[in-house]
Amino acid sequence: MAFLDLVNLTKTYGTFTAVDSLSFSVERGSFVSLLGPSGCGKTTTLQMIAGFEEVSSGRILLNGRDLAAVPARQRGLGIVFQTYALFMHMTVAENVAFGLEMRKVDRAERKRRVAEALDLVHLSHLADRYPRAMSGGQRQRVALARALVIQPELLLLDEPLSNLDAKLREEMQLELRRIQREAGVTTLLVTHDQSEAMALSDQVIVMERGRLQQAAAPFDAYEAPQTSFVSGFLGKSNSLRGRLSGKGPEGSALDLGGLRLQGPAADLPPGEVELALRPERIELVAEGEGLVSGTVSEQVFLGDQWLLKVETPLGPLLILRRNTGRPEAAPGETVHLSWQRDHLRILPVEGAA
Amino acid sequence: MRRNGIFAKAFCALFALFMLAPILVVIGVSFTPTGYLEFPPSGLSLRWFRAILDNPDFIAAAWISLKLALIAATLATVLAVPAALAIGRGSFRGREALQALFMSPLMVPTVVLGIAFLRFLTLVGISGTFTGMMLCHVVIVTPFILRLVLASVVGLDAATERAAVAMGASDWTVFRRITLPTILPGIVGGWVLAFITSFDELTVTVFIASPSTTTLPVRMFSHIAQTTDPLVASVSTVAILFTVALMLTVDRLYGLDKLLIGEGKT
Amino acid sequence: MTMASTETLRETARPALPPAARKWLLSAPMLLLFALMLLVPLLMTLVLSFNSFDFYKGIGGDLSLANYAEVLGDGYFYEIFGRTFGIALATTLICAAIGVPLAWFLNRMTPFWRSVMVLVVLGPLLISVVVRTLGWAIILGNKGVLNGALMDLGLIERPIRLMYTSGGIVLALVHVMLPYMVLAVWAALQRADASAEAAAESLGARPWTVFRRVILPQAMPGVLSGSLIVFALSASAFATPAIIGGRRVKVAATAVHDEFMNTLNWPLGAAIAMILLVAIMAVMLTWTRLVEARVGKEYA
Repeated sequence: MAFLDLVNLTKTYGTFTAVDSLSFSVERGSFVSLLGPSGCGKTTTLQMIAGFEEVSSGRILLNGRDLAAVPARQRGLGIVFQTYALFMHMTVAENVAFGLEMRKVDRAERKRRVAEALDLVHLSHLADRYPRAMSGGQRQRVALARALVIQPELLLLDEPLSNLDAKLREEMQLELRRIQREAGVTTLLVTHDQSEAMALSDQVIVMERGRLQQAAAPFDAYEAPQTSFVSGFLGKSNSLRGRLSGKGPEGSALDLGGLRLQGPAADLPPGEVELALRPERIELVAEGEGLVSGTVSEQVFLGDQWLLKVETPLGPLLILRRNTGRPEAAPGETVHLSWQRDHLRILPVEGAA
Repeated sequence: MRRNGIFAKAFCALFALFMLAPILVVIGVSFTPTGYLEFPPSGLSLRWFRAILDNPDFIAAAWISLKLALIAATLATVLAVPAALAIGRGSFRGREALQALFMSPLMVPTVVLGIAFLRFLTLVGISGTFTGMMLCHVVIVTPFILRLVLASVVGLDAATERAAVAMGASDWTVFRRITLPTILPGIVGGWVLAFITSFDELTVTVFIASPSTTTLPVRMFSHIAQTTDPLVASVSTVAILFTVALMLTVDRLYGLDKLLIGEGKT
Repeated sequence: MTMASTETLRETARPALPPAARKWLLSAPMLLLFALMLLVPLLMTLVLSFNSFDFYKGIGGDLSLANYAEVLGDGYFYEIFGRTFGIALATTLICAAIGVPLAWFLNRMTPFWRSVMVLVVLGPLLISVVVRTLGWAIILGNKGVLNGALMDLGLIERPIRLMYTSGGIVLALVHVMLPYMVLAVWAALQRADASAEAAAESLGARPWTVFRRVILPQAMPGVLSGSLIVFALSASAFATPAIIGGRRVKVAATAVHDEFMNTLNWPLGAAIAMILLVAIMAVMLTWTRLVEARVGKEYA
């Protein structure tokens, strides 16, 4: 049995199902992200684990103990809220000490642990400040220290970085990972930012419309998405329609609007399929060596990369190319495209699965 | 942003003169050495301020007003805070009706409230008593408190309370340590506004006050109706000074504009 | 920090009330007070307005429309109600005419002067209406400040009659009501996009055009809501008409006061009050309808 187990967890509001029989497990000490677009039910799930939303059906087991009968107040979880929810009328140290006070930790011990927690988030010098006078990044750290100081069994992070600007967000990602490792606390992060989820977690749990789409290590989810939603949501992806016509000797035979292609072996019945192809896996090759040719319609410079849009008989394809310091194919140019057979992902058609 | 031109400045100056004129005139008249209302005063004298001391009526009325305003504002606050916490967040059946009821004393013409209270107190048999007057004032000042406390309750991030709960705080601890300190500015502002409203109330009180429970505004009103001596001007001046002192204190503590911007009767 | 066992939290199991019941419980004391001290008295007054009255026997227990018939059948009361609503209308119009430009200028001031002006606008609200009206009585009297100044300047030969006139009442009421109008208009202007004014100027509009085409439309919601407040408060005002108007120039509120405190014909006073209440409510509802229809069209 894992440390945290969700078993067929369901939340309905009237006729609307926010979370639909969701099951996943979190191992002790790991960092897991609950990832999905807004409205996918991830925050509702977090609120149910925290005890702020009632569970319609299903179970939440923490360390083998069913949380259903435990009120939020007694669950002892560390929570960092999206708005940070700092107590504006208390100093940083008072904010952090609050949870210890509730636990009747004596004054000396309290002081020691507050200092320790503030040290962990590098805020010792601001202990007597009020949150109002602090930057977003600093508030974030206070919220984190406040959640960690009670040494929770489980740390819940609700979109903790979404209120920070892009540069600070990247910094805090590294910081968050460091703090989590040092504290060694099992962590569940809710986010809609796929790059954040992939950068931070040992495991991502992708949700859409209340349902589990895939639970896997970030690399596996990116490389082997199980649904076209996951493939489109994690990173960029070209999505093509085609037919799986049969199993060839070296994998599967595909038919894309007349174009015959080889794909990796697929565990699907012949018929309509969806094909996903990452833009960075498409190469430009010499004439005659390509699988398909097309005309560049747009060229966008991204700094470290070029983004090309190429009109092909298969439809428009996005291509990402590393900037090697040389000019890239310009709009109007004809290019020849190729990719390795195994980079094509064959997925069931959306809605059919 | 563009600044104002000469026409605009003149307009504002005239406006300020218009707004301040009656107040300045009252203060000026109170220093007259003569026995009639005279402006500008022909000399400076504290004669009419000394006269206040010889008129125990006014002093007694001022005490009653002070006591009335203190008790009514405090009682209304004690009742309005829980109501605001209930109405301020999350919807429930009857929420709009409750809010409309609690705000309704602003919608009913004060003269109607005055006669309604008079009729009620007479039939119940507590007409002319301090208690009866105090209950009426609680009803009158409640909307002022409710509006300000509601605004701060609505502005309260529910996540802060949840954070406290997650850390193990009981309902009462959450209220005492988190909710109350956060909405305190609204409560203080509401109390002050309620205090001033009750202290200055005339239209309702003129119906329900008896000779033994006459408030300062009612006393001044009947004095003006009977005679026109500068005594009432000197009493007014003292009241103005009192108000200014209160305003300065509030401004220091809370910010006067914050207190008053929400004030329009709607 | 290392993982340690979680400290035990105090166990205070308590049966939780459903949220709605909790909210009603929290509102209960207030609700009780309002039911007893507001709804019951208003109902009693309504009943009172149907009771009969006799100078010797006092208030009778029977119910009839006699009081309403008396008020609605007497030219004297028509004059009072006509005056009441005329004064309210004039006050509202003047307040709007002064309040709109003032709110605009307020928006364009430096922060320091703006806070000074806000104090000038709001300060009087905190001073008793009795005191402010006393000030006006001193200014408006036949030997008052205004007449004295005008005669000294040689602009008039004989004092203008201002006390005990509807005009005097309007003037003093404008002073009392202006803060409400300015606040409402200012709030509307603050909600508006400040750069719209700059945009109009960049397109070549002159100040008057900016005011008429950009500021006024944006201020309109505030003017409409402010007018509603000012009209309702003016129509039911008591202190100002009582002091400036004296016994001769009566409005509805002072007429009610007279019936209750002098004539002691409470049922008749109650009937006048009820008619005033209904008339104000009718005007307010009609006004809100019109405004909603208009604003709805604009923002649909």
